[in-house]
Amino acid sequence: MKGVAGSKESNDCLITIESSNETKIEINSIVGAFFYDQIYSTIENTLKNENITDVHVIVEDKGALDYTIKSRLLTAIERMREDV
Amino acid sequence: MFRSLLFIPGNNPSMIQNADIFMADGIIFDLEDAVSISEKNNARNLIKHYLDNSSVLPKQVVLRVNSFGSEWFIKDLEILKTKKVNYLLVPKLDYESLNTISSFLSDFEEKEKLEETKIIALVETAKGITEMSLFAQNNRLMGVLLGAEDLTNDLEIKRTETSLEIFYARSQVIYFCRANNLIAIDTPYTDINNIDGLKTDCKYAYGLGMKAKAAIHPNQLEIINDIFSPTKEEIEWAKAIIKLSEENPEKGAFQYRGKMIDKPIIERAKKIIQKAEIFNLL
Amino acid sequence: MINGVGRYIPDNLKPFISSDNYQGIPRKQIPKKTKVENTQFVENISTIFELINIKSNMTLSFHHHLRNGDKVIQIVAEEIKNRNLLNMHIAPSSIFPSYTNLVDLIKNKNITNIHTNYLNGEVAKIISQGYLDGELIMNTHGGRAVVIESGELPIDVAFIACPVVDKNGNGHGAIGKSACGTLGYAISDLEYAKRVVLVTDTIVENLEEYQIDGKFVDYVVKIDSIGDSSGIVSGTTEVTKDPIGLKIAKDCANLLDYLGLIKNDFSMQTGAGKTSLAVVKFVNDLMVKKGIVGSFASGGITKAYVDMLESNLFKSLYDVQCFDLDAVLSYAKNKNHLAMSASEYGNPYEDNPICERLDFVILGATEIDLDFNVNVTTDSLGNLIGGSGGHADIAHGADVTIIISPLVKSRIPIIKEKVMTVTTPGSDVDILITERGIAINPRRVDLRQKLKNSNYPIFEINELLEMTHKITGVPRKIETDDKIIGYVQYRDGTFLDCLRKVKDEY
Repeated sequence: MKGVAGSKESNDCLITIESSNETKIEINSIVGAFFYDQIYSTIENTLKNENITDVHVIVEDKGALDYTIKSRLLTAIERMREDV
Repeated sequence: MFRSLLFIPGNNPSMIQNADIFMADGIIFDLEDAVSISEKNNARNLIKHYLDNSSVLPKQVVLRVNSFGSEWFIKDLEILKTKKVNYLLVPKLDYESLNTISSFLSDFEEKEKLEETKIIALVETAKGITEMSLFAQNNRLMGVLLGAEDLTNDLEIKRTETSLEIFYARSQVIYFCRANNLIAIDTPYTDINNIDGLKTDCKYAYGLGMKAKAAIHPNQLEIINDIFSPTKEEIEWAKAIIKLSEENPEKGAFQYRGKMIDKPIIERAKKIIQKAEIFNLL
Repeated sequence: MINGVGRYIPDNLKPFISSDNYQGIPRKQIPKKTKVENTQFVENISTIFELINIKSNMTLSFHHHLRNGDKVIQIVAEEIKNRNLLNMHIAPSSIFPSYTNLVDLIKNKNITNIHTNYLNGEVAKIISQGYLDGELIMNTHGGRAVVIESGELPIDVAFIACPVVDKNGNGHGAIGKSACGTLGYAISDLEYAKRVVLVTDTIVENLEEYQIDGKFVDYVVKIDSIGDSSGIVSGTTEVTKDPIGLKIAKDCANLLDYLGLIKNDFSMQTGAGKTSLAVVKFVNDLMVKKGIVGSFASGGITKAYVDMLESNLFKSLYDVQCFDLDAVLSYAKNKNHLAMSASEYGNPYEDNPICERLDFVILGATEIDLDFNVNVTTDSLGNLIGGSGGHADIAHGADVTIIISPLVKSRIPIIKEKVMTVTTPGSDVDILITERGIAINPRRVDLRQKLKNSNYPIFEINELLEMTHKITGVPRKIETDDKIIGYVQYRDGTFLDCLRKVKDEY
């Protein structure tokens, strides 16, 4: 099962989430040196709130703010759930 | 109260995160025409979390939801739970859909413990125009936005530079709004690079009696605000009238610069000052 | 030791004290070059190397008027490489992205020291990574003239790309197939270098008007082409369409008007970025509306200023470099479009340099800090991405210095507690205009007083920083490598800041 949401436009991010045998978060961000931890915890907390484990999340970030990252992840999750 | 409303596409983070800095009196976050079918949920989530989390928001938030009867309408209403939406802009509104939406909203608001949501009717069909007089009974309604692009499609005509084709529709919106104390909002000018065309269009609509105009690009806002604001001369005139009326409270009517001033004119002056205050022009 | 902007400077270097400290120090000038009796005409660069005996450890200088189209620095670099000269010191007024063949020479230690005012592209990248064996000194345009005339930067050979040269060795930039306009940055090199070589692709019998005086010229080399014209006039001539940039520009123009700076006989300078061009346009509109005629505009000149000169909105233009073809053509034909040298423009020791006569300047920033120090030299990670150019010169000279910038660029706040690199001291920066508010340097009590009752959204700069952090989150503090790769030199020759290698993990 897989879901993709967002874009690689500036101030946006493209998030891919796929079921896997363990949870793994991969972040490629143009502002990673400044915001890696913050992006990571946004992803981690959102997964926790949604009770999701055992997924591989890939974030390709072009400077998105936290609420953008969170909303893209939630859409990707919705799409993953629909992907059967 | 507003002069200008700016449409911002619901799925564009760059525009959304700067929505508070544009000179619009209100921002319309658009989930309808500006969002492709496959991205409806993406846009909805983005707007919801933006309104919930952003430390900076526009002065007034308008949400254009998808039309009633579309598969997205009910999901779009979830955004009302953020309590950040001032007005719902409902597309393709006619009498029947207004009533159905209204009762639907009442149930939703009761369930979610929300205050009554105010509606701006987007009137963009011949049916909507002809049924407008019936909208008046609905106390959620606070304004009407004319949507000329869809209207001309509905009529199977093309809008020319003179805008003569939409004269009747504009007049209907203006008279209906004036009679029911609602705000008449003009259709956007779609040629974003034509500054002179925008000016002419604004002046014409303002002259007919429109009180505000929608914009589809931030660079249109300055001209719209300028034309839909009271002028310096009007403000000075209004100040003088109010001063005179306050100095002569016993007189029902008096003269100013050789013209008779009575109650309706004093009321008009008060309205101008009220607007000037809100728009920071004093 | 810690200098006047709170930065560490090694004890063997003169620390920056304050931006007006130069006033107490007498001007130091080595004798100008003695008159050359017979300018020699030579067929190729290689012969020049033989005639002058250019060898390892020498200092060679260049100007950057041909910008991204410059071939001269690359041809000279090839010659250095072919002869395997080592430890060369080069002093180009700027280094552009097209100068890619310098990369190998730096990596192979043919070039080990660089003195410049601006650098960008691949060369900047590898120097940031620590490949330059010696030191990089980043000065201002005016400061470059100072260290050349004082003899602190002795130049063995100046290679001056020159679009047209006559039989007497006089040269001009306004005409010829590689015309680039004025040659303002080359004048100090011409007057003080031990040997001067003009490199041209066009030789004429006799020039009536010229900017390069043949009496200083030892050699003229004619080659096929000194520049690629499409890269020479690469300046932006388009006004920004970005609504945020436009908003900032509009607010800036209105603020200038509110402060009474748009008045008869005023003078101004702006950068050549798209937002600056929008400010110029709005100032133009204000001048027309109010019937104002300004004294002059200066700097790198663009079409926008040429149009204002031609519609008599300014009496003259002082031009140190032409950014576009319109500026080149105007310089060639309009007697009120005047050339200035880098020294006349920004040397603090000149009597009344142009920068001192400016009423206001509009500049950009990569970062600005709570003390109003501005960085345009490195990005927030420490990568070299530019340099002062005239930034620090005109910020000091102008009565009012305004920085325009969006608060956030790709989530990165432009306001920092401390900038990564100080390019321009905060004492010379007066106003910051952003899309969400304006900050005024507390030193400018007069400006604060004037704006006290205005409708402008005025904040303290730390309030703007907090507002930004609420939007973006607080960015992690960036660390640099301990290795010093060079220094930022202030216009008076003192040292403002160290440049450090960027950590490998970034």
